[in-house]
Amino acid sequence: MKHRTFFWFILPTLSAMVLFIALPIVSVFVQSLFVAHEQVLVVTENCGPFGCKPSTAVDVEATEKLRQEQPLGKFNGLGTYLNRSHLAVADISEAWATSKTMGEFWGQVYNLPFYNALTFTLTYAFVVTPLVLVLGLAIAVGVNNLPAMLKGLAIFVSLLPFLVTPLVGSLILFWMVDGDGVIGATIQKIFNDPSLSLKASTPLMWIMLMIYGVWHTLPFSFITFYAGLQTVPEDTMEAAQIDGASKWQRLIHVVVPHLMPLVSFVTLMLIMDNLRVFEPIVSFSAEAHARSLSWIIFNDLRESGNPLYASAGATSLLTIIIVIILMMPVLIRTWRDFSRKSH
Amino acid sequence: MFLKKIAIAGAVAGLMGTAAFAADCGPSGQSIRILASDFPAIHAVAGTAEANCGAAAAEFSRNHTTEARQIMNAALTPNPSEYTSVIVANSTLTQLMNDGLVRPLNDLVEKYGSHLPKNLMITIDGKIMAVAFMANSQHLFSRKDILAQAGIDTIPSTYDEVVAAAKAIREAGIMEHPIVMNMKTGWNVGESFNLAFLAHGGEFFKPGTAEPSVNSPAGVAALNTLKELVEYAHPDHLTQASNETQGLWEAGQAALGIMWGSRGSPILDDEGSTAEVTSNTVLSAAPSVEPGGTPGATLWWDGFTIATNISDAEAEATFAALASALTPEMVAGHNDDAVWLLEGFKPGAAAAGVAATAQAGAQPYPMLPQIGLMHNALGSELADFLKGGESAEKALADVEAAYITAAKEAGFLQ
Repeated sequence: MKHRTFFWFILPTLSAMVLFIALPIVSVFVQSLFVAHEQVLVVTENCGPFGCKPSTAVDVEATEKLRQEQPLGKFNGLGTYLNRSHLAVADISEAWATSKTMGEFWGQVYNLPFYNALTFTLTYAFVVTPLVLVLGLAIAVGVNNLPAMLKGLAIFVSLLPFLVTPLVGSLILFWMVDGDGVIGATIQKIFNDPSLSLKASTPLMWIMLMIYGVWHTLPFSFITFYAGLQTVPEDTMEAAQIDGASKWQRLIHVVVPHLMPLVSFVTLMLIMDNLRVFEPIVSFSAEAHARSLSWIIFNDLRESGNPLYASAGATSLLTIIIVIILMMPVLIRTWRDFSRKSH
Repeated sequence: MFLKKIAIAGAVAGLMGTAAFAADCGPSGQSIRILASDFPAIHAVAGTAEANCGAAAAEFSRNHTTEARQIMNAALTPNPSEYTSVIVANSTLTQLMNDGLVRPLNDLVEKYGSHLPKNLMITIDGKIMAVAFMANSQHLFSRKDILAQAGIDTIPSTYDEVVAAAKAIREAGIMEHPIVMNMKTGWNVGESFNLAFLAHGGEFFKPGTAEPSVNSPAGVAALNTLKELVEYAHPDHLTQASNETQGLWEAGQAALGIMWGSRGSPILDDEGSTAEVTSNTVLSAAPSVEPGGTPGATLWWDGFTIATNISDAEAEATFAALASALTPEMVAGHNDDAVWLLEGFKPGAAAAGVAATAQAGAQPYPMLPQIGLMHNALGSELADFLKGGESAEKALADVEAAYITAAKEAGFLQ
């Protein structure tokens, strides 16, 4: 294709991407460099139904004046990125200096909100992604080998978890694992421990969140692989069969290599999806045991009354950087495949 | 003679009725737009305002949503703002005042609020910023039948007595987890800390500044009190908020609860529970540290504000409409929906706990501009201590560090 033609073809997509992806990211980055102005506090007397009390209040006029002078806020450079809520550089170097063992150092790092959330988010992504890939392929192969009359029904049933809204799906599971719920009560009976609670233990909560994650994203990898299976060339399969390859050997040496581009695609999507894990944490009320990067952003924007835009922006950009780092191997692989083909 | 008396009384009542009907609605043809939370008492006030003055207004709209706190600042910032009034509580009023989004009401109170008690005016530095109409607080719920079974015949009034009662109930083999509390990680666990902290006489900030002072002997004592209580609470307590604790109570699975006063009425009514639970539930003051000490509770009020960024005529009409709703008739019609601070309120069984808590000298929830940041830091950093992985001092040091980081970003600390 001529460069000129290509340019006109890509222009609508490109402008939409600049407008809806690049510009917002730039805007978030700019906001993350600024913090709020000083809030001018004054001591006032505060009276109400429960009596009078001296108290502090914001001097709105004085604060507004500061705001007018610099509408974006006070420039803070990368300060927000380095503070305790994010990379916590000072706290980490102090922990390194004061802790005697690696375990103690790690304990102190894990106590910092960003690293705590990062640990869960990465564990979640690294456990859920491969499980979903392998199980999705297994289900796809299984469904593909079903008799034709059962296929439609099997596909429909396998897709069900995807049709349930994440928030609702995880709430249903949350109620099921309650001490009075069907799963929770059964587990208590099996282990003969009436105070056993899945919600009170950090490891069990992590396992539950990951099982939910696998359950919910499995249909995506299943349906993609199932579509891919329809394109496996029959000649090659027959040739392998004549050469005496078993079913298992055909799967590993013919089907999987054929599906490799799809595997790359599904892996990319899953990594991006899993790194922004959020809804199950809220639905399971799992905040005491597991927090993710997205949950921190939500908390910064919502819970404190004063939305912390710089904090939320910094966490968002750090998340983007981590996504890019994690996707690098897959991207490099795709790029190599592409350049090999074009030669 | 007798007939004449009746006739006069009837005429007076009739006149009063007409007066209530033809409430002074201020300038007519205005647009009144109210943003409020979503519970029966608020519906009663806003609904009565609409019934009184909806006809005189060109537009009368009400948005009742549990998300009111999340959207109000954004909705009131443009000029003209999306709403002419927001119904707020202690904590949310400061959120609006921090951005200067609500106007002083002194002149409007003078003109339309002569029937309202003076102590309902939330006055900051001489300026009336809101008009309160109802109160709420946490307090103790007890099951007297279960306490009696465990050999306790007085309702506990201190934390030690609550813990001792819970221990007796457990040892008698009646219940393994007799205590319920709203300990859900986040806002609720932060609020539970506030209760115990105020009971121990704690101060959140160094006076007149935004410097934190929760990492103090009172803070450590408060955390230890919480720890003693949750020892007897349901193992899932870190996921339980008001709906869950009310559910456990109504299901008869708890004997001692620290819950919101606003749950008193739904618990005592004949829905969702058995007569055994409702007839034996006693509402009393929140427990204190020492007998007769400060109750472990925060007093809350709900009241209405008027937006800054609207025309004076709209402000006047909105104020007049809402003020017209705060009458003894409205209270009589909705007596059990809330602990009303208004004339005509007859405290029923459901209000006993809040009334006793307020009388015993509980502290109001602090109305400070930076309290939201502190509350959020408490809510997210205390879980490690309650799970048992951290000392009280370390947890409070983490709270202060998290608060300082956020307060610097929000401009409260430099």
